[in-house]
Amino acid sequence: MADQPTAIERFIQGILPENPVYRQLLGLCPTLAVTNGMKPALTMAVSVAFVLVCANVVISLIRNLLKPHLRIVVFTLTIATFVTVADRVLAAYLFQMSKTLGPYIPLIIVNCLIICRCEVCASKQNPFTAAADGLGQALGFGLALASIAAVREILGTGMLMGFRVLPALWPDWVIMVLPPGAFITLGLLLGLVNYIDFKREEARK
Amino acid sequence: MSLKNSNLAQAWLVLLLATLFGTALAGIQVKLGPVIEANKIKETMAKIPVLVLGDDLAAELAADNQSLTIKSRVVEVNKNGTTKFYTVYDAWLPEGKMVGHVVKADGQGYADKIELLVGLDAQGKSITGLFVLDQKETPGLGAKILEDAWRGQFKEKSTEKHLSVVKGSGAKEDEIDAISGATISSKSVTGIVNTTLANVASQLQVTDSPENNKTPAVQNKEPGKNKERS
Repeated sequence: MADQPTAIERFIQGILPENPVYRQLLGLCPTLAVTNGMKPALTMAVSVAFVLVCANVVISLIRNLLKPHLRIVVFTLTIATFVTVADRVLAAYLFQMSKTLGPYIPLIIVNCLIICRCEVCASKQNPFTAAADGLGQALGFGLALASIAAVREILGTGMLMGFRVLPALWPDWVIMVLPPGAFITLGLLLGLVNYIDFKREEARK
Repeated sequence: MSLKNSNLAQAWLVLLLATLFGTALAGIQVKLGPVIEANKIKETMAKIPVLVLGDDLAAELAADNQSLTIKSRVVEVNKNGTTKFYTVYDAWLPEGKMVGHVVKADGQGYADKIELLVGLDAQGKSITGLFVLDQKETPGLGAKILEDAWRGQFKEKSTEKHLSVVKGSGAKEDEIDAISGATISSKSVTGIVNTTLANVASQLQVTDSPENNKTPAVQNKEPGKNKERS
């Protein structure tokens, strides 16, 4: 296993070089659905972080017991458990937010990002590395959600986290808060990230 | 077949984990279930004035710093050998006049259980409002049952007739226009309302002061204040 990245490498990779949304294009369903405001986006990011780190650590702990053909079942079982925990905790302590997010919290179960990390890292490396990987990926996912949500909320309502950031004269672009705004924003930001990457690559040559 | 190759023996880890996780989740449900239930009751209590009075009157009442007297009771309905329980909230104006009832109803939706609050007038003759407490319908389609425009159709419908779901925008009396792309969700909600009304509407006795209602009940805030008035 000498060619596997170390914990620190895993952590850093998750934030930008292998950013789940901008680089791997994983977990796009929640990315498109909950980024119409900063608060739901951050709640989603924290929930995903919790599930991702916990699932990664548990899978890593039992990685030597896994039967190859049963591993996906075990992944799903573990992920579903932590998602249910997150869902219940939100319903108990952030009731309105859990209603806003609706079925998207239970849908974390099928977020391919988490299964991907279980498969790529947690089922092969030690719990510490798996935790670092989970944290890095979660941070990358959170940053991606936050960047999309910031653009959509500011342009769509002129506010960020409920505070006005654009002058009241701003004609709210309602479409940014609606589903098409999610696709437009994600597409443009994705293009921007790729462009910056391309430029950096050229500068290196 | 040797034990080692049997499917059950190979799946021991899955079975063990399922048991462990299941137990842990049960523990969490025991711990958090009451908190979630309390949240729902709090939301129900907050929605009752809007459901029985409508937005404007409810806002007026709140502006006057007054609140409805709300008592809850459980209505038992025996039908076809099964017993169903409904929680009914009766609401009185501060002067002691009965304004309406809110019935908590639930049933299967497209994705998961849908929980509704159905507002009825004092006689139980017409619907005064509908609110969706809990749902997990498809976002963007079935979840439109949450929107005011769709829920508003139920307002002022008579409780004596069976509501039916129609497609297209030609909804007449006793008809509810289906959400396009979400006929099942529309039918589920309408079905729950129909069943609830058929079961409960006849059992809403009108009493013009909260104290005459014999059924013991959970009290709302400031019971003393209301007692002095009536």
